[in-house]
Amino acid sequence: MELVLFLITALVTVGAAIAMVLSHNAVHSALWLVLNFFGVAVLYLLLNAPFLAMIQITVYAGAIMVLFLFVIMLLGSEKGQEEVNGLPWQTPVALVLGLVLLGIAGYAIFGANQPALPVAADGAGEYGRPESLARALFSTYLLPFEVAGVLLLVALVGAVVLTLKSRQGERA
Amino acid sequence: MVSTEYYVMLSAILFTIGVTGVLTRRNALVVFMSVELMLNSANLALVSFARQWAQVDGQILTFFVITVAAAEVAVGLALLVGIFRTRQTTNVDEVNTMHG
Repeated sequence: MELVLFLITALVTVGAAIAMVLSHNAVHSALWLVLNFFGVAVLYLLLNAPFLAMIQITVYAGAIMVLFLFVIMLLGSEKGQEEVNGLPWQTPVALVLGLVLLGIAGYAIFGANQPALPVAADGAGEYGRPESLARALFSTYLLPFEVAGVLLLVALVGAVVLTLKSRQGERA
Repeated sequence: MVSTEYYVMLSAILFTIGVTGVLTRRNALVVFMSVELMLNSANLALVSFARQWAQVDGQILTFFVITVAAAEVAVGLALLVGIFRTRQTTNVDEVNTMHG
C-alpha cells in the first residue's frame, strides 16, 4: 500500500519536474513546479515529517511560488525569449552530462559493493513530531536558528535596496 | 515500508532534472526554478535519512534549507528585476557584462 502510494507520488513528482523544464511558457513552468512541491510534501508525510510537509506547502508552494509568478508577470517574460539560444551545442552536452550524473548517483546508491543499510526505524517514532522538532530547534540548534532569522532580515533589506529606484538618478 | 534507497534515488533523479534545466534553459526565471528543484531534491534526501536513523537532525537541516531558499529567492528575484530594468531581458545569454 505504502509502496503504491510512493510510486504514484514519485511518478507525479518526476513528471511535473520534467514538464517544468520542458514547457516554453514560464507561467506553466511555475505551475508545474507547484505540483512538484505538493508531491514532495506527500513524500514528507510518508517519511514521518508532517510538520515539514505543511512548511513545504505554505512556504514553498505558497510564498515562494507566488513571488515567482508575481515577478514573471511583472516582467512579462513568460514567453518569446526562448528562440534566442546563444549556445545551441550546450543542450545535447547537458543531456549527456545529466545522464552521467544520474548513472553515478545510481551506482553510488545501488552499487554492488555498497553495504546494505540497516532496516529503517519504525515510522511511528517520536522524532518526527512538531514537538521534538521544536525542542531540537530551540536547544541544540538555537544559534543557527537565530542566524537564520538575521539572514531573513538581511535578505529583506537587500531585496528592498536592490529594487529601490535611486533618488539621484545615477543608475543607468 | 519503502526503503531509503528508493527515496534517495528519486532525489537523485529530481536533482538531475534540475541540473539539466539549469544547463539547457535560457530564461533566467526558469533557471531559478530549476535551482529550487535541486534544493528540494536535497531536502528529500535529508528527510529520508532522518527517517533512516530515526533522528530529527535531518528534518532540522531541511528547515534551514527552506529558510535559506526563501531568502535566496527574495534577493535573486530582486536582482532579476534590476537586470530587467537596465537591459530589458531575462535571457541569461544576453546578460554577459558586469557593468550596468
